[in-house]
Amino acid sequence: MDLTFSPEEEAFRAEARAWLAAHVPTRALPSLDTAEGFEAHRAWEHTMFQDRWSVVSWPVEYGGRDVGIFDWLVFEEEYYRARAPKRVSQNGIFLLAPTMLEYGTEAQKARYLPPMAAGDEIWCQGWSEPDAGSDLAGIRSRAARDTAHDGHWILNGQKTWASRGAFADWCFGIFRTDPEAERHRGLTYFLIAMDTPGVTVRPIPQIDGETGFAEIFFDNVEVPEDQVLGEVGAGWSVAMATAGSERGLSLRSPARYTEAADRLLQLYASRGGPSGSTDAVAQAHMDAEAYKLHTYWTASRVARGHAVGPEASCNKIFWSETDVAIHTAALDLLGPEAELLEAGAPGEWLDGYLFSLAGPIYAGTNEIQRNVVAERLLGLPRG
Amino acid sequence: MDFAFTDEQEALREGVRTVLDTECTPDALRAFELADESARVAQSQNRWAVLAELGAPALVVPEAADGLGLNDVDLVGVLEEAGRAGLPEPLLQTAALAAPTLAALLPDPAATAALAALVRDDVSFAVGGIDVTPGGLVSPTEVSADGTLRTPRVVGARDAGLLLLAVRDADSGWQLHAVPAASCTAYATPALSASRDLSTVHWPLASDTLLAYGVAAEAAVGLLADRAAAGTAALLIGLTERMLDLSAAYAKERHQFGKPIGSFQAVKHLLADARVALEFARPATYRAAWSLATAQPTLSHDASMAKAMASDAADRAARVALQVHGAIGYTWECDLHFFLKETWALSRDWGDAATHRRLVLAQLRAG
Repeated sequence: MDLTFSPEEEAFRAEARAWLAAHVPTRALPSLDTAEGFEAHRAWEHTMFQDRWSVVSWPVEYGGRDVGIFDWLVFEEEYYRARAPKRVSQNGIFLLAPTMLEYGTEAQKARYLPPMAAGDEIWCQGWSEPDAGSDLAGIRSRAARDTAHDGHWILNGQKTWASRGAFADWCFGIFRTDPEAERHRGLTYFLIAMDTPGVTVRPIPQIDGETGFAEIFFDNVEVPEDQVLGEVGAGWSVAMATAGSERGLSLRSPARYTEAADRLLQLYASRGGPSGSTDAVAQAHMDAEAYKLHTYWTASRVARGHAVGPEASCNKIFWSETDVAIHTAALDLLGPEAELLEAGAPGEWLDGYLFSLAGPIYAGTNEIQRNVVAERLLGLPRG
Repeated sequence: MDFAFTDEQEALREGVRTVLDTECTPDALRAFELADESARVAQSQNRWAVLAELGAPALVVPEAADGLGLNDVDLVGVLEEAGRAGLPEPLLQTAALAAPTLAALLPDPAATAALAALVRDDVSFAVGGIDVTPGGLVSPTEVSADGTLRTPRVVGARDAGLLLLAVRDADSGWQLHAVPAASCTAYATPALSASRDLSTVHWPLASDTLLAYGVAAEAAVGLLADRAAAGTAALLIGLTERMLDLSAAYAKERHQFGKPIGSFQAVKHLLADARVALEFARPATYRAAWSLATAQPTLSHDASMAKAMASDAADRAARVALQVHGAIGYTWECDLHFFLKETWALSRDWGDAATHRRLVLAQLRAG
């Protein structure tokens, strides 16, 4: 057991830190849930890509540096430490890409991964439907083989709650290709350009008034068969690989929480120390650290060639609750100022609080996650 | 970065588990509580001898002092297993507190003699006289009019050969002593858990038992309290796992409304939340062991964090376990209560979760 980083990892850290110090915009970019902000964040992705910092863990041929899991964690620590912009490409680079690297054809990887890394093509996720949220296998959007145009599929239906859907260039989604099959079978994973005829996007204003997510309507959308990811009919298992990334290691790096907990500590100190929030501040710090340690623990297993175990199903519950707790503690410290939409401290915490509240809902609600923990980790029977 | 145990460390833990699965069953714990004094002592001595044969008490004693020369990272899994089994014997006090504290004081003659008794005579240790508070360490040891010292809530005094006892004087600071049992009088203090061996110990202040005083004693006592927090966290991790195992098994077996109660979400979610708390307290506890083994500057912070998280996880698991068991869990006949009572005691021993949260924050603000 050794909880120190190697000289090589520290050298990588220094390189990342220096690059970020020189390149992170000094003024915060406009919100990525606005048209202007979306393009500003796209440009930032391109800046990172030019110096090979946008997807460090990917193979070199697709724009990465092929670094190991600990270097990726080091990069993430530096990224949050530098308070660099939010990742507008996160659905693509953190969710779709690991799935594509596992299930995609060589042609698909070559076609989709480089522009994803460069920020030239930003992806959104088309999973939830009006009647299929927690019960994801209940999706009704369907795809049928195009009888008039061999090798093509025709997609119809409606997706919703697609984060960044209002401005994204591409969408990955699951559609029902065999209505007769058992509901977890008969699903297929598609890659769809958002400018394909028949795709209509209706942005949905969020709780904060910005259009972070969108409904996407598919009306006889024609998609060629090389835009199927994985086998036809195997969409559920491909989708679960994406969900594993989302809930497991790759979506929420611990640095996000340790950085927020550090800022909370600064806020606590700036407000004069001991108060009704003292316990909550200490707990927020510990939970963020515990998540980091748990990630190192899991990553060490992975580095030794083991698979991420069912313990990873605990992660999403823990990081989402931790995020809410950190931001609640901050608002409590701010007291009557917490409602102010000011630039800087109060507004930033309020913004973070609203976003944190989405955490226990997206990527599979925490109630669904608790069922998973109970069934896979504790061996309790399905209800 | 390699946050994992070696195969040898896993094997050591496995060895201890195998032994305790035989020597420290719930039936043995039940018999232990019902036994008369001679039968109780016999059971205890037999189990201690088995643990001594594995080298458990002397695990972290240097090889030069005839120990196994291992460290806190090797020990943490052993303590976890002791917690999991509800082991009544003072393994924490002997292996995790007395052994490294004495080893660090070598070649002091009193420490040398005490360590020799630990390694060669399989003597077990009691530890007392240190309380952890949000403001720091205090000693509950009082000096009576005749000069005798009285230390309340000493754990392990009943069968101990030696007692590691601390006293703090407002003027001269801390003193740490290794006192032979023969020089002490232990007045047993009944506690909720019959296997918790608590006493008020009366002992004479003597120069030949003195291990350290002043600055050296303050450092030794501070490190001892950190080791106690980290080691107790490991015991609590084991207890938490045990309580969840018992509860999950019961939830699969107990039927109501024609189904196992574990198929109901209300029950699943109670257990899942307790399982999540365990999942994240565990690496915090392992990190504290590593920080102790490698003398990290953050070791006080790390030990306090481990204790806070493990205490909270164990308290939650205890509450959930009893709720899931229902009325049967409220009986003495059911095995669960051995682990509940141990948890309720240990979650507060060496500082409860709230105390350690304050200590964590104090460390951060000082750092």
